[in-house]
Amino acid sequence: MNPVLKLLLEGGSLTTAQIAQVAGFSVSEVEQHLEQLKKDKILLGWRPVLDLSREAAAAATVRAVIEVKISPERGGGFNRLAERLARFDEVESCYLMSGGYDLLVFVKGASLQKVAGFVSEKLSTIEGVLSTSTHFMLRCYKDQGFLLDVGEATTTRLNVAP
Amino acid sequence: MSNDPKRWVAGHVAALPKSGIRDFFELVAKMKGQDVISLGVGEPDFVTPWNIREAAIFALERGKTYYTSNLGMIELRRAISTYVTEHFGVDYRPEDQVIVTVGVSEALDLALRAFCNPGDKVMFHQPCYVSYHPSISLVHAQGVAVPTYAKDNFALTAEALRAAWQPGCKVLMLNLPCNPTGGTCDRVQLEAIAAFCREKDLLVLSDEIYSELTFEGAHTSIASLPGMAERTIFLHGFSKAFAMTGWRLGYACGPAALIDAMMKVHQYTMLCASIIAQEAALEALTRGWDSVLKMREQYHRRRDLVVRRFNEIGLKCHSPRGSFYAFPSVAGTGRNEKDFASGLLLEQKVAVVPGSAFGENGVGHVRACFATSYEQLIVACDRIERFVQAPQK
Repeated sequence: MNPVLKLLLEGGSLTTAQIAQVAGFSVSEVEQHLEQLKKDKILLGWRPVLDLSREAAAAATVRAVIEVKISPERGGGFNRLAERLARFDEVESCYLMSGGYDLLVFVKGASLQKVAGFVSEKLSTIEGVLSTSTHFMLRCYKDQGFLLDVGEATTTRLNVAP
Repeated sequence: MSNDPKRWVAGHVAALPKSGIRDFFELVAKMKGQDVISLGVGEPDFVTPWNIREAAIFALERGKTYYTSNLGMIELRRAISTYVTEHFGVDYRPEDQVIVTVGVSEALDLALRAFCNPGDKVMFHQPCYVSYHPSISLVHAQGVAVPTYAKDNFALTAEALRAAWQPGCKVLMLNLPCNPTGGTCDRVQLEAIAAFCREKDLLVLSDEIYSELTFEGAHTSIASLPGMAERTIFLHGFSKAFAMTGWRLGYACGPAALIDAMMKVHQYTMLCASIIAQEAALEALTRGWDSVLKMREQYHRRRDLVVRRFNEIGLKCHSPRGSFYAFPSVAGTGRNEKDFASGLLLEQKVAVVPGSAFGENGVGHVRACFATSYEQLIVACDRIERFVQAPQK
């Protein structure tokens, strides 16, 4: 595995210079590795993990998860419809699922009305979408590996120990 | 009559030297609030994995608050037996060949108390964990230090053992991989040591607490070598591999008659290890291995980082095959290890431990623990570089 990718998978937030130190490369070698990861479409981009409930201006953002049933198509299965849905800006993530429904769609909007409007006007009117079931998120406890609010106890490790 | 309370302190306790680490601990404590990066610790920076902590909470909720069997919970002893067979290739019966203790420290103390008569000689390699020599003195036995050297990457050699041996030696204590040097022995070196132990009829106390943190090559336990299980007490615990130092849980495995002797001391002193820690340990052995591998991978990368940087800086450092300690030489800096450590702390606010705290053979070295985040290690190495390059005050 690409050694830089290994470090990215650990989930820390090292700078390029720090990655270079840890992996024993020069900064330009790390940049080459990152470039290669982008070329291989493994590294798609960077995103901060944010707790927006602490930022008043952004706190109004509404998130929902929508279970969508769609009818598969001859030759393409679920892909054409899934890709079409996924292109909407409101959609943050979209997964094909096993079980009681077909697609699980994570959406984000400025208000409850906007998300509801997206579901009723865009999503459910697409031909092939059989039904939707929308669940609004009320509170986030853990996001992408980060605990919100309930951080680990501050360390009390002794500074010098045998 | 004297009023000095010290008149009540037993002679052999009064005679114990103060731990060299203690002085340094106090020096660091004085610098509280000064952005000190400590490479002076002796434990993982990881918190115990959540599933293990959660198992302890669950046990408390179910009212697991009683004493356990002296030897430890049978379920845990079974899990230990399976784990030791799988990872070390030695079979121990959970019923009478395994005892659960309060850390490896207690297991070591039990062994020394159970097997040493006053005046018996106990060999140990040095530099070594700070408590080895004192715990030998505490049972009125006599410690015989066997030096290990930087030229051997601090592996113990049979030649050094033979050179140090003297009549009356009964026990050999091993700690491989070793705190503070990170040195360990490969199979060939261990076979030579094992042959020597058989020749001189030595009982081996093998403390393998860092064995899971072996980065290159497989760890070999001396107990797994032919003819050795019958003369070896295998000592292990959960502190390092599972990041469970504060739980204080270890164990010893060995011939039933020897475990029984250790059990006698244990039942009259400790009774049993904490049931909560035992419940947590059971979870660690059952579902904790993935966490061990993840942590080991990070220690491995951190080791490569600090060893590379130390050598770049001019602190000659072998690459420790195991543990989370680097043990670089500071001889090239023109300072002794104590001046180096205190100067580095005061001028650049990085704490390392002078090697002489681990015995006279640690002179000229410092111990740097790399169980700290990449970010901190990078900054610490940069600071050490500045310290080494600055003109000496």
